[in-house]
Amino acid sequence: MAIVQVNKVTKKFGSFTALDGIDLEVNQGEVYGFIGPNGAGKTTTIRILLGILKATSGTATIFGRDAWHDAVEIHKKIAYVPGDVSLWPNLTGGEVIDLFVKLRGGDNKSRREELIERFDLDPTKKCGTYSKGNRQKVALVAAFASDADLYILDEPTSGLDPLMELVFQECVQEVKAEGKSVLLSSHILSEVEKLCDRVSIIRQGKIIESGSLQELRHLTRIRVRVETAQAIPNLREVTGVHDVEEFEGGAAFQVDSDRLGEVIKHISNFEIIALESAPPTLEDLFMHHYQGEG
Amino acid sequence: MNRELFTNTRILAGHIWRRERIQIPVWILAVVGLSVAVAAMSPSLFPPGPEREMIAKTMENPAMISMLGPGYGLDNYHLGAIMAHQMLLFTALAAAVMNIMLTIRHTRRDEELGRVEVIRSLPVGQLSNAAAVMVVAAITNLILGLGVAVGLAVLGLEGMDWSGSLTYGAVLTVTGIFFAAASLFFAQLTETARAASGYSFAFLGLAYLLRAVGDISSEPLSLISPLGLVLRAQVYVNNYWWPIWVTLTAAFLVAAAALKLNTLRDLEAGFIAAKPGRKYASPWLQSTLGLVLRLERTTIIGWAVGMLVLGASYGSIYGEVESFIQTSELYQQMLPSVVGYSLLDQFTAMLLSVMSMIAAVPALLVVFKLRGEERANRTEHLLARAVSRSRLMGSFVGTALLTAVLMQVLSVLGLWAAASAVVENPFNLGEITAAALAYVPLIWILIGTGAALIGLAPKRAGLAWLYLGYTFFVMFIGKMLQLPAWLEKLTPWGYIPNVPLEPLKTGVLLLTLLTAAVLIGLGFYGYRKRDLYG
Repeated sequence: MAIVQVNKVTKKFGSFTALDGIDLEVNQGEVYGFIGPNGAGKTTTIRILLGILKATSGTATIFGRDAWHDAVEIHKKIAYVPGDVSLWPNLTGGEVIDLFVKLRGGDNKSRREELIERFDLDPTKKCGTYSKGNRQKVALVAAFASDADLYILDEPTSGLDPLMELVFQECVQEVKAEGKSVLLSSHILSEVEKLCDRVSIIRQGKIIESGSLQELRHLTRIRVRVETAQAIPNLREVTGVHDVEEFEGGAAFQVDSDRLGEVIKHISNFEIIALESAPPTLEDLFMHHYQGEG
Repeated sequence: MNRELFTNTRILAGHIWRRERIQIPVWILAVVGLSVAVAAMSPSLFPPGPEREMIAKTMENPAMISMLGPGYGLDNYHLGAIMAHQMLLFTALAAAVMNIMLTIRHTRRDEELGRVEVIRSLPVGQLSNAAAVMVVAAITNLILGLGVAVGLAVLGLEGMDWSGSLTYGAVLTVTGIFFAAASLFFAQLTETARAASGYSFAFLGLAYLLRAVGDISSEPLSLISPLGLVLRAQVYVNNYWWPIWVTLTAAFLVAAAALKLNTLRDLEAGFIAAKPGRKYASPWLQSTLGLVLRLERTTIIGWAVGMLVLGASYGSIYGEVESFIQTSELYQQMLPSVVGYSLLDQFTAMLLSVMSMIAAVPALLVVFKLRGEERANRTEHLLARAVSRSRLMGSFVGTALLTAVLMQVLSVLGLWAAASAVVENPFNLGEITAAALAYVPLIWILIGTGAALIGLAPKRAGLAWLYLGYTFFVMFIGKMLQLPAWLEKLTPWGYIPNVPLEPLKTGVLLLTLLTAAVLIGLGFYGYRKRDLYG
């Protein structure tokens, strides 16, 4: 079942088109990765989903309800963490957490205490004295302490240390295990790779790729490093082979994933001694899309 | 002291100048401009004759003394002495405020933001930043004092000679430097800029209070207060310089103590540990309305006390006011003339109108907090939870509407209490409260204007302030300049009769309420439809 459904959403600020026909679908129990460089439109999309911005055209629904008109109803079942958490300098972290939890409705004291403990946050300090990471912890504790069906997280870990990032990942996996859905916008590709079932890549206001990591990998090339007894002649001319780097007794190159079988068949004629192949990392995918078509 | 502690102070001072290149000149121009403008107007405001004797008499009133400082030179009351009495203390207060803000901004605030850390990682002495701030403050105050002195002296008015004007300027300079030094001291003690400003302003308030009590009852008490001390210079009459030298010496000692404390502490640490705040939110805070009240608590309480004091200080002059107005053509021009009422009643009517406009300021501040929160990216926390836009805006607008009522009631209570103390039965409390409440719908129209702008044209929302400024200008300055009457009809204040002299018609009351309601409705309509920026 689709929890979040974004259909051909366009958002214009004056003459500037921030989003240009975005489609997005997050299913129940799924962690959905939303990646793209700064200014690509991630936060704008999320703000439209939250009913803070109104889409110029297209529809955005959450739980089957319109993100703009039914914002209040939807928000009772949503937890949100912004990327740049700005808080009231004269309130303490504990006060802000309580306020946020209360405004959503719901009250789970033991969960709050447990999360404060796990994120190692001092709730008695004023928000004005918190570092960026600590402000983010306040937002994260408030989000995970609430009993939501959908978690919208906008670059939530940009200020956290690796230990805290681990705690964050555990929290995401816990809510996923409970069948909740998560929309995670992130820059940290290893995190997305670890947590997300499906991914969308956004660039200049357009979704340029989406699908499971598995599917995305098929769209790109695989790295191969091979050592052979005989030199491979004319390797560069084989269809589907790119970026050849030859060395003493072998070569390293990239292969289009749909040509892999035939290329290996061709190479095996030259007595393979060693063969290493590696699937593309998300980083390769990302770079492929951003540099290749930039 | 060790020279190394001050390495590169000069470069840092230049850097602070550059950052302040707008703010400092604006402050200096404003203070010099206001001083010179008031002085230039003084010959027409205070023409020689019986009017001046009246003013001299008011300077013997304890209420006036506690507000403005001790009177002197009253036998031969010339313009210089009048200027010093009416303006010097308040200008010195303005200078003190400027210095507190300037000093905290570049010391504790920068330290809190981590900027001092970046500076300290460079080949810069431990005390260079603090010393640079003091150098900048000293030069700023010197320019300020000289500017005022020259500005006043060149007017060549009666009793305002060069030596007096230089003393006048010097009083401002040393007051400014002293409060810069005091703020530097407080900036060492606390861990946050908020707390440092808090202590500094509390110290300024205490200095004013000590002087107010001391000037009426005890000379030594006034001498302890820096604000009381500088007034002992008796500018334009005796021009004593010893209070100026004493204040300057005190400023040096305080600054030296602050620098010493600075060497003893770690970067970003303070001597007063920040006490831990609440671990849980009180039940009061756990709603949007609770949040608004909490955020605006200081503003509302501060203004409430201010309105009460304002009302009381007007009330305290009721004893002299009648004879004073009789001698002043200017005041007679400004007062509404309604046949059959005493001058005192007319004065009361004018006061109610003035105070209602001042009461509009905190009400507008509350409404505009909504826009401020949006700009600071904090409304998204609330709207991303189960809070509707109507509820969010309703919390701010509702608080503003009630703030208007509270301010009106308090100002009139202050007026009544103080006036009753100096004259017998100045007016009926019930009647005057009802009259003050008649102005509430007008403030609500201003709130509505603010709300409508926030909803429909958030980037132009500041126009509501301009509208309040226009109202004030037309209703008061306009009367003096005898501007055409239709200009008054462009502001809601132009439609309200001189309550309590003339009765308020039900039709007018309903119309003002309706206008406010429509404007507020427009605000809600727009706010629910638009994108949030920030």
